[in-house]
Amino acid sequence: MLAAFLVLLVVFSAGLFLQRQWWLPSLASVHGVDIDRVFLATLVITGVLFIGLQLLLAYFSVRYREQQGRPAQCWVRPGLEKRFAVIAAVIIFGVDIAIFAMGESEWFKAWGAAPPGAEIIEVTGEQFMWHFRYPGQDKSFGRTEPRLVSATNPLGLDPQDPAGKDDVLSTNLLHLVVDKPVRLQLRAKDVIHSFFLPNLRVKQDVVPGMRIEVWFQPAKAGVYEIACAQLCGLGHYRMRAFLTVQPQAEFEKWLTELREGGD
Amino acid sequence: MYLVETGSEHKAGFIRKYVFSTDHKIVGLQYFFTAFAMAIFGGLLSILMRLQLGWPSRMWPMLETIFPVGMAGGVMSPEFYLALQTMHGTIMAIFVLTALFTGAFGNYLIPLQIGARDMAFPLLNMLSYWVYLLSCIVLVLAFFVEGGAPISGWTAYAPLSAIPESGPGQAMGQNLWLVAIALFTVSSMMGVLNYITTIVQARTKGMTMSRVPLNIWGMLSASIISIMVFPVLLGAGVLLLADRIGGTSFFVPAGLVMGDKLIPHSGGHPLLWQHLFWFFGHPEVYIVIVPAMGIAAEIIATFIRKPVFGYRIMAGCWIAVVALSMVVWGHHMFVSGMNPFLGGFFALATLLITVPSAILVLCWVVSLYGARIQFTTPMLFALGFVSIFVTGGLGGFFLGSAWTDIQLHDTYFVVGHFHLTMAMSPLFAAFAGVYYWFPRISGRMMNERLGRVHFWISIAGAYAIFLTMHVMGVGGMLRHSYDTTQYDFLKHLQPLNVFVSFAAFALAASQLIFILNFLVSLFRGPRAEANPWKANTLEWAAPAPIPHGNWGAVTPEVHRWPYDYMVPDGGEDFLPQNAPAAVLENKRF
Repeated sequence: MLAAFLVLLVVFSAGLFLQRQWWLPSLASVHGVDIDRVFLATLVITGVLFIGLQLLLAYFSVRYREQQGRPAQCWVRPGLEKRFAVIAAVIIFGVDIAIFAMGESEWFKAWGAAPPGAEIIEVTGEQFMWHFRYPGQDKSFGRTEPRLVSATNPLGLDPQDPAGKDDVLSTNLLHLVVDKPVRLQLRAKDVIHSFFLPNLRVKQDVVPGMRIEVWFQPAKAGVYEIACAQLCGLGHYRMRAFLTVQPQAEFEKWLTELREGGD
Repeated sequence: MYLVETGSEHKAGFIRKYVFSTDHKIVGLQYFFTAFAMAIFGGLLSILMRLQLGWPSRMWPMLETIFPVGMAGGVMSPEFYLALQTMHGTIMAIFVLTALFTGAFGNYLIPLQIGARDMAFPLLNMLSYWVYLLSCIVLVLAFFVEGGAPISGWTAYAPLSAIPESGPGQAMGQNLWLVAIALFTVSSMMGVLNYITTIVQARTKGMTMSRVPLNIWGMLSASIISIMVFPVLLGAGVLLLADRIGGTSFFVPAGLVMGDKLIPHSGGHPLLWQHLFWFFGHPEVYIVIVPAMGIAAEIIATFIRKPVFGYRIMAGCWIAVVALSMVVWGHHMFVSGMNPFLGGFFALATLLITVPSAILVLCWVVSLYGARIQFTTPMLFALGFVSIFVTGGLGGFFLGSAWTDIQLHDTYFVVGHFHLTMAMSPLFAAFAGVYYWFPRISGRMMNERLGRVHFWISIAGAYAIFLTMHVMGVGGMLRHSYDTTQYDFLKHLQPLNVFVSFAAFALAASQLIFILNFLVSLFRGPRAEANPWKANTLEWAAPAPIPHGNWGAVTPEVHRWPYDYMVPDGGEDFLPQNAPAAVLENKRF
């Protein structure tokens, strides 16, 4: 009966992971291809191990169940256990190294320097919204001071700093240019948040007191959701924003309108 | 041995005998029943959460009478949901599972299985339980203070946990949470010091370390991990409490603004808390799972009716797990803002810990080869443990690799993974242990038929809930979320949430079968034989009922390892550890 259950389990799980209805969110970034590929490869490796081990457990529990007139066999000879452990260790170690090499080569590549010319945008998380700041023509952000923060100045922008004059602020709406790499500098005002772009395979905690930079390249135009993935308080579940990936011209138009509207 | 022979005839009043008792068996049972009560409480919290997750913001007018604030108008408030989540995690991971294995099973079984009369420090042992009970009470009290229970999760990430203004429950509730954690840590220290000392010092004559039961190896390994990492949690908790009420800034950086109010702290770092917490938090998983493995291995070894495969290898693997468990914590922090090079290191260390874990699994599976498996209820649960541990463990490959963790971090993939590995599989081992040692403790047998029904519903329920959660996580389902239908990209996953909720209700309801079986068997079960499973370990050799001091005039003498089954002399197929040396003494299986 246990065997039957385990066989059913294998069939059920295989079905669950082979169906396409509930799968990774549709992909819209360049590096995401590599994440999905490594995910799939890991799924194949673990899937084979899962099916193999569960079916072995099922087979043994039928084959070696207690039966009248069949005594247990004692087959362990000295030295066998040690050999077994060494061989098993080598095989598992091999699987580990394969998975490590596959993933971590991409990991370090992703953390390398962004391509030159990438747009820089500052992202600030606060309970429970996202602020996006574009540096404007001078390509540099104005100074911010926590003591200047107010309802009308959510980031505490210093009016004395000329670099801040052309900064453009957008709340809960982030626009990016398709096929153009972007550097996001992530900050938080209060507690830890996590900047999650499910379709772009980007997730990075946003930590107060730190400025963390990630870069990526959107590959497909469209409107996507931005979620907070790190528990940040009672409104965590509704800390939602929107990402629009669009062609350069449309992006410029949006940014200009936003700048003029803000004046 | 060095323990003073107190004599089993010493008379004590009811209070000294059953309440403030220094007898390890009573302390073990006190731990068991307290942890069990906490498990029911923690389980009910998860049922409330499943109501909200399956049917977000639906009215449950009946519940308003029980929770007039948290469910005002019959609708759950977000802060009440997060409080449930925080308390469910804290209770289950720490106050149930840690206490259940080393506290309950460790206390009851360690002295009996090594032939000792009691723990090395019985008074400290008693104190350990009472501090544990106090910590449970303090924790539950958090629900009843101004603002309610904390909402920062069982990981209590700073600054959310450090600044009272960061949300409801973050004032007095979070303080009580920290005090409860500190008390639990102290209780745990007193316990594990005892277990280690007892195992090292109080073994009976002939009980060498290569002859102790596998369960003892599990308990010893888990105790060593505990004594290394719990003090770090205590230290971190004290620092966080100082940040909250003492004006220090260990975890709070300068310039925080909450509700347009500047927070006066400066100079701390939020990641410091995460490093300290996970330095405890990840080994905590092994503090739970290693003794669970020991119990399962013990039970498998009995019911295969042949010598277990790889005794020394298993012991070696547990020692390897002890060492590696303390260098893998960073895999919880791949996307935390930690230096990516550290992420690479922790990914490698994490993948390496699969080597001893997988060899342990293979030892159990290979042990079945050529066996004569008796499918009793404890054996079913032990094999269920193996199956679930394999499934849960494989999910670790996705999360232990930094690259795939980016997408899966903070999704239900993680929730499904750790519930299979550190909640369901330990729970199955614990059930196996209860069914297995129940006759030893009560002198009666539990009902096998009800036991089987309990097993089948439990394993089907466990897989239905937590495998489905893996798939939801792949779809991006966010954890710690009060209402995931807020997001368009998660809407199509809602049917799965409903399915998981129904499966959770079924799993919870099926535990009533266990409670019924337990209570009825305690009073009405058929009388058990002295050694009903025909096992070799010493606990079955003690008199029934077991007196204070466990053994008669002298402690038993041990002549062999505990797994001499299928002895080919035509008679019984087992040879207890304390049976006098026979002609078979030199036979090596």
